Amino acid sequence: MSYLEYTVKSVPVGARKMLFINWPLAIVLVAVASVGFLMLYSVAGGSYSPWAEPQMKRFALGFVLMIGVAMVPIWFWRSMAGLAYGISVLLLIGVEFFGAVGMGAQRWIDLGFMRLQPSELTKITLVMVLAAYYDWLPQKRTSHPFWVALPVIMILLPTALVFKQPDLGTALLLMGAGGGLMFLAGVHWAYFVAVITSGVGLVTAVLQSRGTTWQLIEDYQFRRIDTFLDPSQSPLDAGYHITQATIALGSGGWTGKGFMQGTQSRLNFLPEKHTDFIFNTLAEEFGFIGSFSLLLLYTLVITFCIASALINRDRFSNLLILGIALNFFLFFAVNMAMVMGLAPVVGVPLPLVSYGGSAMLVLLLAFGLVQSAHVHRPR
Amino acid sequence: MRRPRADVEASQGKLTRRAAIVGGLQFTFVGTLAARMHYLQVDQADEFRLLAEENRINIRLIPPDRGEVFDRNGVQLARNVPSYRIVVVQENTGDVDEVIERLRSLVPLDADELDAALEEMRRSAPFLPVTIADSVSWDTVSKVSVNAPALPGITPEVGLTRYYPLGSDFAHVLGYVGPVSSYDLSKIENPDQLLRIPRFQLGKVGVEAKYEDNLRGKAGAKRVEVNATGRVMRELSRRVGQAGGDLQLTVDSKLQRYVQSRLEMVESAAAVVMDVESGDLMAIASSPTFDPNLFVQGISVADYKNLTDNKYRPLASNAVQGLYPPGSTFKMMTALAALEEGVISADETVYCPGHMEVSGRRFHCWKRAGHGWMDLANSLKQSCDVYYYDLAVKIGIEKISAMANKFGIGVRHDVPMSAVKRGTAPTKDWKLDRFGQDWVVGDTVNASIGQGFVLTSPLQLCVMASRLATGRNVSPRLVKSIDGVETPVINGEDMGLNPNNVRKMQRAMYAVVNDRRGTAYGSRIIGEGMRMAGKTGTSQVRNITAEERARGVISNSQLPWERRDHALFVNFAPFDNPKYAVSVIVVHGGGGSRNAAPIARDITLQALYGGEPPLDAYPSKDRGRIRTQQAKLREVRPIARGVGAGDQA
Repeated sequence: MSYLEYTVKSVPVGARKMLFINWPLAIVLVAVASVGFLMLYSVAGGSYSPWAEPQMKRFALGFVLMIGVAMVPIWFWRSMAGLAYGISVLLLIGVEFFGAVGMGAQRWIDLGFMRLQPSELTKITLVMVLAAYYDWLPQKRTSHPFWVALPVIMILLPTALVFKQPDLGTALLLMGAGGGLMFLAGVHWAYFVAVITSGVGLVTAVLQSRGTTWQLIEDYQFRRIDTFLDPSQSPLDAGYHITQATIALGSGGWTGKGFMQGTQSRLNFLPEKHTDFIFNTLAEEFGFIGSFSLLLLYTLVITFCIASALINRDRFSNLLILGIALNFFLFFAVNMAMVMGLAPVVGVPLPLVSYGGSAMLVLLLAFGLVQSAHVHRPR
Repeated sequence: MRRPRADVEASQGKLTRRAAIVGGLQFTFVGTLAARMHYLQVDQADEFRLLAEENRINIRLIPPDRGEVFDRNGVQLARNVPSYRIVVVQENTGDVDEVIERLRSLVPLDADELDAALEEMRRSAPFLPVTIADSVSWDTVSKVSVNAPALPGITPEVGLTRYYPLGSDFAHVLGYVGPVSSYDLSKIENPDQLLRIPRFQLGKVGVEAKYEDNLRGKAGAKRVEVNATGRVMRELSRRVGQAGGDLQLTVDSKLQRYVQSRLEMVESAAAVVMDVESGDLMAIASSPTFDPNLFVQGISVADYKNLTDNKYRPLASNAVQGLYPPGSTFKMMTALAALEEGVISADETVYCPGHMEVSGRRFHCWKRAGHGWMDLANSLKQSCDVYYYDLAVKIGIEKISAMANKFGIGVRHDVPMSAVKRGTAPTKDWKLDRFGQDWVVGDTVNASIGQGFVLTSPLQLCVMASRLATGRNVSPRLVKSIDGVETPVINGEDMGLNPNNVRKMQRAMYAVVNDRRGTAYGSRIIGEGMRMAGKTGTSQVRNITAEERARGVISNSQLPWERRDHALFVNFAPFDNPKYAVSVIVVHGGGGSRNAAPIARDITLQALYGGEPPLDAYPSKDRGRIRTQQAKLREVRPIARGVGAGDQA
């Protein structure tokens, strides 16, 4: 059902919209972010600077933005989807030329007041444009090869640009989220079977390409794969990170070493302790109880989103909410799998908890869309 | 645009199904994450906790204070003194080159040491201290301290190092310590972790090496928390170590100093003074000697080369490692063997024509004209060789060697010094074993006067003199007490010799010194109750060829040093109630009566009087010369030497 068919009158207007916001979801988001503040305070050795304070300010800003986005009717956002996608692709092309180099990759554009990471923005705009596309596309054409090829191009274009930066982690997340959305939209099983099969083939090809003239990924990416497969092989180099991260996590035990008592993080054995490996600090200081609680909070976010999607009869809203939830899921699942040694270290931060500006703002904007869909759902 | 109701319903249904699948997959993955979490944090927690502790906790050893060494009167022979070094911590320095340049203008820096330090700085973490000048003087330390504001990151540090206040006097007895080398470590199985502390000092030779286990002590340890870069964050706990045990030696440092200086009046010599009752070694000196303090923090190549290139071999102790033919000092062994066997009596005489034919070879007496009719006392007094040739042929080598063994020759004495030699009291089997040749009677004849295969160290000769003086099995003792516990005196039991025979030997030795015709009459003591008994020895280190003999034997002074005779003397005193036995060798020093006996007398008197003896202990005609000599020795080495840590540098 399209929004034009709703009795728009039954949609809340003005300040009354505040009452219809999905507050449980908002509160869980605040809870997750608070865990982040706590851990950033801890890894700074019991200090609000340099991480906890800016993070709190940005979250406050992001939260206000989220409410702001929620106030705007979802049909407006729907109409913006194509434009947003276009802008983010242009920005991705922009970083190719004007981007600053960080950690060996061109990732952001310095806007003066903040660093814009277009790849973060793309995570949402891709979901938006795909949701709008499948809302527009008649159901019977969904699995038509031509109408399948179109969204595939929409996914692959930004993915290729991100991959080129090079940011393998985000590229994979984009593919995952885009593919997931196509699956949700009802594209035929056979396509996915074909893609997964060829994906396995591609991975094999990539691994085979190593050391040849047609090498497909960077050397450091190969090394990360090696390190993932056997961390002890390079205990003083990249493998050192994952080894120390696992020690930090494991040594937490049931209840952890206590707030600000994590030896691995306090004594700097833990790398990137305020960004990619912040989960290990939590695990070390609060043990299994602490780390499992955070996992539960994340699961709760996903659950609330799915619940919100299921009560919503608008197709665009449905796909958007599920797509953003999937994105969020991939985000934390890949990070956790990475820091627990289940996935190679690909440089994906923990959503809302890791220190970082644009990732958090973009996520809160995304949840603003989820809220907007929730507030303006057909009744 | 209106969509058919059924289409909408269908798409909604499909979406819900797909959402359920995706949601299901998500929850499955969350479950996997939770399981992994549980596995790492609960099942494997103990292992990871251990790894985390290993990461953060470092054990740092605290070196114990090394035991000190004292002489019999409590005078310090080896102690630990503060050693200063200048260290630099890069991260506190700012501009390293500039600060070092400033330091250089203040205090002298060794270029090689500085280069090594700069190299080390490049490699090590910026917060780790790097030594840029080791064992510097107090003066340097105070200059650096005063200028501290201009020298950020540069601090003087203090550690302990070994110091031998009496310097070269005890070089051969104490030996020395030095920094542990990789060679040292390779020799020790399962080495103490302490030895891996940089600059840790280990006993290398002498008492320092032999009593290493006792002197070293037990390491203390502190547990410190370090961060990932190795910086020490805090100390967690500290276990105090145990200082090494002190040693007290039997040596009298005053006597040792005297003996050492007296020996330094000749080129190369050794002397041993022993208490005949307890076997306490009162002095064991060897000249030339060296300063053991040179070795303590690693000796420089130039200094070491100086010591090893010296032809007098100052690093080796002539007293225990030097082996020399004992010459006539061995005659007591031949005579006692014959007396104990009953082959001769003391009154029986032998005619000395100046030589003797044995199996077609002519053996000469040192006195070419011959001594005429000789009995035991006269033969020893005048050191007639032919008399002993005759005895030797009668009793054979086995009996002589057995007697020599009883007196400690060819026996390794248990003295904690390095390379203590066993010497040789030859037997037929020994020669066959060693050279694959049969023993010939000529060998026996040579051995009877302490030549040929017989080799002894001055220590052994001193033990021999002690046993002759007492008739008991006196054994040398160098360590008086370990960590305050007295080491037992081995009261040597009676040697089982006929006391009359021993008495006859003692009287004959008395005559050697006190009879007008005795070979050591010139070196007699006239102090009442202090008179000594002794025996001279002059041992050849070359064969005198027939040609040389025809030309007339050349005097020693015309020969190069290495080919001159050794001068030896053994004695005990006082004759009536023996207290000390002394042996002296002047290496390649010529005749024993002229060159060794006077030294032995000086040493004996010094020991008997416990200091500088009165001149009237000497015969009147010697007094003038002795007075000059005493004055000279006082000047060479003043008795009280105030040695402090500051004098080192």
